[in-house]
Amino acid sequence: MNSQEARAPVLIFTYGNPSRGDDALGPAMFELLEKHKLESNKLDEVDLLTDFQLQIEHAVDLEHRRYVLFVDASVSCPAPFELQQLQAERDDSFTTHSMSPASVLSVYQQINHRESPPAYLLTIRAYEFGLGLEMSTQAQKNLLLAYQYIISGQWLDEIKQFDCKQHESNVI
Amino acid sequence: MSSALETAENPQNMKRIVIEPLTRVEGHGKVTLLQGKNRNIRQARLHITEFRGFEKFIQGRPYWELPVLVQRLCGICPVSHHLAAAKATDMIVGAAELTPTAEKIRRLMHFGQTLQSHALHFFHLCSPDLLFGFDDEVRHRNIVGVIEDSPEIATQGVLLRKFGQEVIRVTSGKRIHGTGAIPGGINKSLSKDEVRYLQEDIAQIIGWAQGSVELIKKIFFEQYDYHLAFASIETSMMSMVRADGGFELYHGGLRARDFEGNSIFDHIDYTNYEDYIRESVKDWSYMKFPFITSLGEEEGWYRVGPLARVNNCDFFSTPLAEVQRKEFMAIGDGLPIQSTLAYHWARLIELLHCTEAIAELLCDPDLIGKDLRNKGELQCCGTGVIEAPRGTLFHHYEIDEQGIVEKASLIVSTTNNNQAMNESIRKVANQYLDGHRLSEALLNQVEVAIRAYDPCLSCATHAIGKMPMELNLVDEHGELIDRLEKRITGQINRTI
Repeated sequence: MNSQEARAPVLIFTYGNPSRGDDALGPAMFELLEKHKLESNKLDEVDLLTDFQLQIEHAVDLEHRRYVLFVDASVSCPAPFELQQLQAERDDSFTTHSMSPASVLSVYQQINHRESPPAYLLTIRAYEFGLGLEMSTQAQKNLLLAYQYIISGQWLDEIKQFDCKQHESNVI
Repeated sequence: MSSALETAENPQNMKRIVIEPLTRVEGHGKVTLLQGKNRNIRQARLHITEFRGFEKFIQGRPYWELPVLVQRLCGICPVSHHLAAAKATDMIVGAAELTPTAEKIRRLMHFGQTLQSHALHFFHLCSPDLLFGFDDEVRHRNIVGVIEDSPEIATQGVLLRKFGQEVIRVTSGKRIHGTGAIPGGINKSLSKDEVRYLQEDIAQIIGWAQGSVELIKKIFFEQYDYHLAFASIETSMMSMVRADGGFELYHGGLRARDFEGNSIFDHIDYTNYEDYIRESVKDWSYMKFPFITSLGEEEGWYRVGPLARVNNCDFFSTPLAEVQRKEFMAIGDGLPIQSTLAYHWARLIELLHCTEAIAELLCDPDLIGKDLRNKGELQCCGTGVIEAPRGTLFHHYEIDEQGIVEKASLIVSTTNNNQAMNESIRKVANQYLDGHRLSEALLNQVEVAIRAYDPCLSCATHAIGKMPMELNLVDEHGELIDRLEKRITGQINRTI
């Protein structure tokens, strides 16, 4: 329950159902990154978490972070993947069963009364979500490209550009 | 209990109103309202397309994998499926009883699951229109005033959920995809350090749970008549109870009572549930429609979940929850509480009970015992039933001589509430739709009615809810004559 435990400044949070075809992209990315972290002794400044779905308690996992990267499957993003900057957004949907990353940021702000850490969503192009399906071949290819994008640090370079743009817009 | 509106006369002459949340993948719900020539809603249908493929997913797998495998069915309550499957496989391995350590750790896990699930509703109390909806400014202002006196709700809701998740992690071994329950028992007990870790916070957790019940009572009584009447329908109710009639979530007999509280059946051995519950099929829904066999398809539908459980039980074994149960039941003046919005109240009484029960279990030395598993002669089938957060959950499996699942039958909580949800929506729709122009009030109130049951609409996968609700009005010729879209920000646009 203690959120003051030692935390890495960067959190990569993947989510999805491993038994739902391409919905497994999130947890599959988690496995790749976890293996890479163990074998390479890199990603020291990164905590890795995964879950089926985003929920309100995940707002606690965002505390004491410099950056947060959510990783999810998407049927609407361009292949192979897309990085977006997130803004907190309250979720008033009719079901309590799923949350967007933006709404998790909103919960963070609600319970902490301060801005959430800078957060980004890496969506990986997905195609099929049937229960019991294997991940599609194309989704697997997209996964590997997205994995390289993360471990090479390109995503960190890209978010700096987001930050610059944000700064410029604030100045304007 | 009449479902006369379910199959309206001359549906081809009705206008069709479709409320459809758009989701990224399948697993969405859709509400279809059919309007008759007199402009009243004659049919209401909640479509849930997700409940298909469960049995096929399970068939062909070895029975010993079931408790882990079935967690993949639901991203919201995997522990419920985990434990129901574990109970079924207990039967298959001939474990008529569990060791005290195994049973108590499973119960602890289940209390943790129910606590974390119900805590979400406590969290949403800080957004009263999300749970209760409002159709006038005065009512809204009063409720918001109550909430403003409790600015800590959001934080407490998150931390209650977090505590429930920690109970699950400690008892199942992992934050997700835990393997705690296995056929015939469990695979690990708790260490003294783990018990102490959970004990550190439990007093605070109970205090917050007490506060949650007090808060929802204030809200409910603030607009008592409205909350009592909203989407209220007279139904039978079914739940599990202990042998002495007490409240039970993990193991007991089945009890059903009619809308006046008269017994339909009681203390039924759940392994014989197919003698008492049947399912009908409708051509417009993937989800089946269970009914109590003795009452027939037309009259036999029922409700499950917190409202049914609190109505049906004779008492809670824990003192704080029992005090709250008595107060809750008093508003029925001897009859079951039928208010659909009372689901939220009942849910938080259960939350309080779970915190008390967790505190009791954490003092039990059996939690650190070493006798983890029983087994006997292998059986060809097994049935496991538990009370999941949303209601009674049935798992039934039949295996071949190699232990491979040949047949799997599941009735999930939301399926049990299927007809009742339709009836609640229909009542609300008739109250709020008059004419052929859609209104924000209708959209909101339909959502409120659905949300009270907390149906599992996105079972097993997550859905990006960027456009959570779309409301279309189509006339009998298929022509779209009105449409409302509600976005995640709450903004509602007329898009025609």
